[in-house]
Amino acid sequence: MAKNIQSLERAAAMLRLLAGGERRLGLSDIASSLGLAKGTAHGILRTLQLEGFVEQDAASGRYQLGAELLRLGNSYLDVHELRARALVWTDDLARSSGESVHLGVLHQHGVLIVHHVFRPDDSRQVLEVGAMQPLHSTALGKVLSAYDPVAHSEVMEAERRSFTGRTVTEADAFESMLDLIRAQGWAADAEETWEGVAAVAAPVHDRRRMPVGAVAVTGAVERVAPGGTLRPELIAAVRDCARAVSRDLGAGRF
Amino acid sequence: MTDAHTTGTHGTGPFIAAIDQGTTSSRCIVFDKDGRIVSVDQKEHEQIFPKPGWVEHDATEIWENVQEVVAGAIVKAGITSADVKAIGITNQRETTLLWDKNTGEPVHNALVWQDTRTDALCKELGRNVGQDRFRRETGLPLASYFAGPKVRWLLDNVEGLRERAERGDILFGTMDSWVIWNLTGGTDGGVHVTDVTNASRTLLMNLHRMEWDEKILSSIGIPAEVLPEIRSSAEVYGNAKGGILDGVPVASALGDQQAALFGQTCFAEGEAKSTYGTGTFMLMNTGGTPVNSYNGLLTTVGYQIGDKPPVYALEGSIAVTGSLVQWMRDQMGLIKSAAEIETLASSVEDNGGAYFVPAFSGLFAPYWRPDARGVITGLTRYVTKAHIARAVLEATAWQTREISDAMTKDSGVELTALKVDGGMTSNNLLMQTLADFLDAPVVRPMVAETTCLGAAYAAGLAVGFWPDTDALRANWRRAAEWTPRMDADTRAREYKSWLKAVERTMGWVEDEES
Repeated sequence: MAKNIQSLERAAAMLRLLAGGERRLGLSDIASSLGLAKGTAHGILRTLQLEGFVEQDAASGRYQLGAELLRLGNSYLDVHELRARALVWTDDLARSSGESVHLGVLHQHGVLIVHHVFRPDDSRQVLEVGAMQPLHSTALGKVLSAYDPVAHSEVMEAERRSFTGRTVTEADAFESMLDLIRAQGWAADAEETWEGVAAVAAPVHDRRRMPVGAVAVTGAVERVAPGGTLRPELIAAVRDCARAVSRDLGAGRF
Repeated sequence: MTDAHTTGTHGTGPFIAAIDQGTTSSRCIVFDKDGRIVSVDQKEHEQIFPKPGWVEHDATEIWENVQEVVAGAIVKAGITSADVKAIGITNQRETTLLWDKNTGEPVHNALVWQDTRTDALCKELGRNVGQDRFRRETGLPLASYFAGPKVRWLLDNVEGLRERAERGDILFGTMDSWVIWNLTGGTDGGVHVTDVTNASRTLLMNLHRMEWDEKILSSIGIPAEVLPEIRSSAEVYGNAKGGILDGVPVASALGDQQAALFGQTCFAEGEAKSTYGTGTFMLMNTGGTPVNSYNGLLTTVGYQIGDKPPVYALEGSIAVTGSLVQWMRDQMGLIKSAAEIETLASSVEDNGGAYFVPAFSGLFAPYWRPDARGVITGLTRYVTKAHIARAVLEATAWQTREISDAMTKDSGVELTALKVDGGMTSNNLLMQTLADFLDAPVVRPMVAETTCLGAAYAAGLAVGFWPDTDALRANWRRAAEWTPRMDADTRAREYKSWLKAVERTMGWVEDEES
């Protein structure tokens, strides 16, 4: 690990200090609590204040946590909110594609399935909500690895197991696959996780363009990729669906 | 505000247009032959509250909105009247309107189903018998929701109206009648009809004969001249005259909950659907016989297709379901959005011993105890807000179980599976809990808009767009299914605790206050 940046460490310590115990603190309290010179502490506080992370009370001159920090803290996307917004679009995707649809998010070094729409053929199927899928071999996992920096570092550090003869495990090959995914805007899994199963996935973004999840169509390889080629209309449908969900998240009802 | 969207891929037609004249908005959805949505347009209308407990709609505004959303949906679909084979209607039930047949002008705002101004009148009409005075004939208790007493109120309170009505100048209708009369020409030959499902919510129709009941009409004081003709739910009432759909047959009418039953293709006896919104409405198909309820349910007409015999249903409603989650968000501030209730509830394994009975305005079916008020019980030091969130979701599931039990008692038919729709179906934990408590599979269909779909299906059947109900069943697609995972002992123990909690709500309001 490279050398840490001291001023960022100090800024983090200040935010922690302001978050705990007394809500408002004066400059000298902050400086002495952290063992800093007043001038150093003031410089950091001023920067944090400009970024909106810290506010200064006009009357007392004391410092407290800023609104920007609260906004950041509140803006994580609840996965159940994500499902509620995706419901209509994923139903439509399952209907138009004739295959099952999954919505996944990054969770504990894998993909957590938060929503599953059955393949519309009246066959017996089991709801897979709550199941985990690997990051490095599934279409959902690869999309998350390509777009979410946290998923990316997790997948690169983890052991990438070989599930079938087609699983890409070697680091360089995996990285160039992610480059391709980022360039084309979607990922595929052609029997890389399960024999006989293929999938196409595309990223879902929130209003600040953060990748919050991925949506995938999954089915028998003979239907999804007949003759070894992914059906282009399937790719288009998955990307349309992901864009529609992203647009709904951007609209922000709350 | 008008909003509309079109979905990408659909067939090339022909199509069916369904109009949903609802409590807060009017919508039009265009469906293709597979029952898929082609386009939607929607517009809200004003809610008028002249006094506490009074709720009215401006019927002229509603008719204007209906014309606008129909045009909107047709334009967005990129089609013309030639591509539309029929128009289907579904509507907010029981909302009551009287209008002048010569001018087409409403004589008063429509009295909305939620309006309670006829409470006292209903008590008076019950005389020495009470609220079940007309139950044998109509399947309904005397309650302020239903249309009959609202008509009487208007005749009593709008000056000179009774005389005009007796002269034959005034027409009565629920919103289906108003929309159909206007669609088919209004003052220029509009047809004055209603369907059996809407008529079954007036307290004026004899359920066994499907005719207006003369005895009840004279008891409530309503001249027969104002009444529409009762027709089946799926037949051509007339053709649209003027407007963007000029010449297209108007071919179905169903009350909204019955339309959802139809859209969910609950065509066999014992099949049931439950719609989870602010409140919840559960209907079970009871086949060709009206089943009397001794457990606080309503007996109603499910649907009637053309000259086939009518199909009946039992109905149970839960006043507080989605609105309890809203209460947790808005009044308690425990969650920031409705969807977060699941996040909070999922953070614990069980309810921690806590039970929440949201009898905010008394207990409804199957208890009917206005003296009850809400309780949270079983509290210990151990209970957290997450346990309460879980108890909130369980409350909806237990109340569904109680309605389902009442339906089984009344009909003798066990629930085999429950088809669900409405906003709360996106809550996975709730749906699993529902399957666990009912000990039956819970199934969500792929089209969430089952109300409009039901109206479209009925209209399509009437004009031969679809050959029969089997073809409609073939269109039905399972999007998700939750199967029971709870063991019988746990279920029995938890149900017992829930029933104990329900007991704790009763008798809270003293006589004078209720």
